[in-house]
Amino acid sequence: MHIAVCIKQTPDSAANMVVENGAATWGDAPMVVNPWDEYALEEAIRTKEQHGGQVTALVMGPESAREALKTAIAMGCDSGVMLSDETLASCDARMTARVLASAIEKLDDVELAIFGKQAIDGDTGLVPVSVACALGWTALSYVAEVNEVDVDNARISVARSLEEGRQNCTGTLPAVISVVKEINEPRYPSFIGIRKASKAEIPVWDLAELGLDVAEMKAGGAAVIWSDMRPLSARSGAVDFIEGESMEVIAATLADRLMADKVI
Amino acid sequence: MASDVWVYVDQFQGNALPAAWETLGAAGEVAADLNTGVAALVFGHDVDELAQQAADYGADKVFLCDDATLADFRVQAFGCAAAKLAAAEKPQVIFAPATTRGRDLTALLGVELGIGVVADGIALQVEDGVLQVTRPVYAGKLHATVSAPGAHPQIVTLRPRAFPRPEPTAGSAEVVQVEAVLAEEDISVKVVDYSASASDVSLTDASIIVSGGRGVGGPEGFEPVRQLAVALGAAMGASRAAVDAGWIPYSHQVGQTGKTVSPDLYIACGISGAIQHQAGMRTAKVIVAINKDAEAPIFKLAKYGVVADLFDAVPVLTDEFTRRLGE
Repeated sequence: MHIAVCIKQTPDSAANMVVENGAATWGDAPMVVNPWDEYALEEAIRTKEQHGGQVTALVMGPESAREALKTAIAMGCDSGVMLSDETLASCDARMTARVLASAIEKLDDVELAIFGKQAIDGDTGLVPVSVACALGWTALSYVAEVNEVDVDNARISVARSLEEGRQNCTGTLPAVISVVKEINEPRYPSFIGIRKASKAEIPVWDLAELGLDVAEMKAGGAAVIWSDMRPLSARSGAVDFIEGESMEVIAATLADRLMADKVI
Repeated sequence: MASDVWVYVDQFQGNALPAAWETLGAAGEVAADLNTGVAALVFGHDVDELAQQAADYGADKVFLCDDATLADFRVQAFGCAAAKLAAAEKPQVIFAPATTRGRDLTALLGVELGIGVVADGIALQVEDGVLQVTRPVYAGKLHATVSAPGAHPQIVTLRPRAFPRPEPTAGSAEVVQVEAVLAEEDISVKVVDYSASASDVSLTDASIIVSGGRGVGGPEGFEPVRQLAVALGAAMGASRAAVDAGWIPYSHQVGQTGKTVSPDLYIACGISGAIQHQAGMRTAKVIVAINKDAEAPIFKLAKYGVVADLFDAVPVLTDEFTRRLGE
């Protein structure tokens, strides 16, 4: 089967984010594969190992996002495609989903598309289901376990992680799934994989190639606009260290404060 | 009066999530600004009671879609019904809580209606009819103002616990019955069953969270932390270090690659406060840090600090709170 895995490049989770001239920057912190997407990559590679076929990694972003695809190929993906177009800067989740859906359609024979549950920069978690909807495919979000992929009967059986616990369900293929951290333990790129990635030819598809047009996508002014990026206002006042001659006294003082604050 | 601000009432097996009522409360204020009323979307099976609750929490109108195909949330079935209704009624705003179901539903609505979704709001303002939504980005390290000025409807999700839950009063609402759109054979997902979550109190809904980190030293070290959580009726959280060490399941992890929480009170026991952890809990109203190291970064976030070994401090706190709350 042909599996598409859609990833994003984000600043490292340890990056210290600051605002400069209204835009977010992260100094010299490295760009990484969005941590949630590592689970998507691992699941795609495992599914291929079990059922045969091929895995194509897709990344939407500027030229620098090519590194994310190299990581994907080094882990075990067969190929990668960059989705890059200068008109795509600051596009929202719905537009991102249109681009990814068009790329998946262009790959032609994809039966399963795998995403991380969200990206650690925008954090909306909207893209996977939006892609499923744009393609008219089954959407299964927050997947914690893939129980079975039955290619012959075009069915997938998964456990989803919801607020209330796990939901076991089945769906028809083709499907889009988004995965959570519980699903697997991502592998490290292998030495052979890194060599393969360094030689891989990675095509770039722009919007024209995907048959899309930004003006049309933004028609009706229905695009999400980000403005006024700002650091969090610091908590007023320094920490109040509770001290006392014994732990009992400290505990009593702390309990008094918390009750006065009406939080217990 | 029209009811042009809509709220999706997120429910599981007929019980609304607290975030549904928080969202309804926030929607009420927006509706007042826009000179309109609030309509609740109550979709499910055997959910008459929820329609009444929605009225009690301030809905002026309820679109009630009660159908066997809606017994479990399936985004395709719920989304198609909501999209058809929205296309016909043309509301100004559709709100949903930013829960798993709320996110999925709004993602579908955005695509079906051709509109960008404004996600994860923690504060709202209406300017010239446009919702200006404050949301955390980069895992809560920064805030941004987000809007979709030309969108009709504006589709917005709100973070659980970011808005106060209104006090319910005996209310009444006009109930409009809505037909389901898809037949069972047209729905591609079938729900088999559920297995309950391991933790008793959901982290995202909890008003108090007690968390342990590297300082607990091992799985047995979580026992005093757990006892403090029980004494306070709190949910138990953990840092990534404790989860990665295998001391506690991932479902307890708070932080950038775990859960984002916003309780009234967060007690961090033996947690140094790495930036990834802060990203998941910094919006807590009151943070208490208990740590041996007075230089630990967690104290920069904390309102109250106790510099002590957690194994000395936590059991004494448990006794103190047990006594106080028993009074």
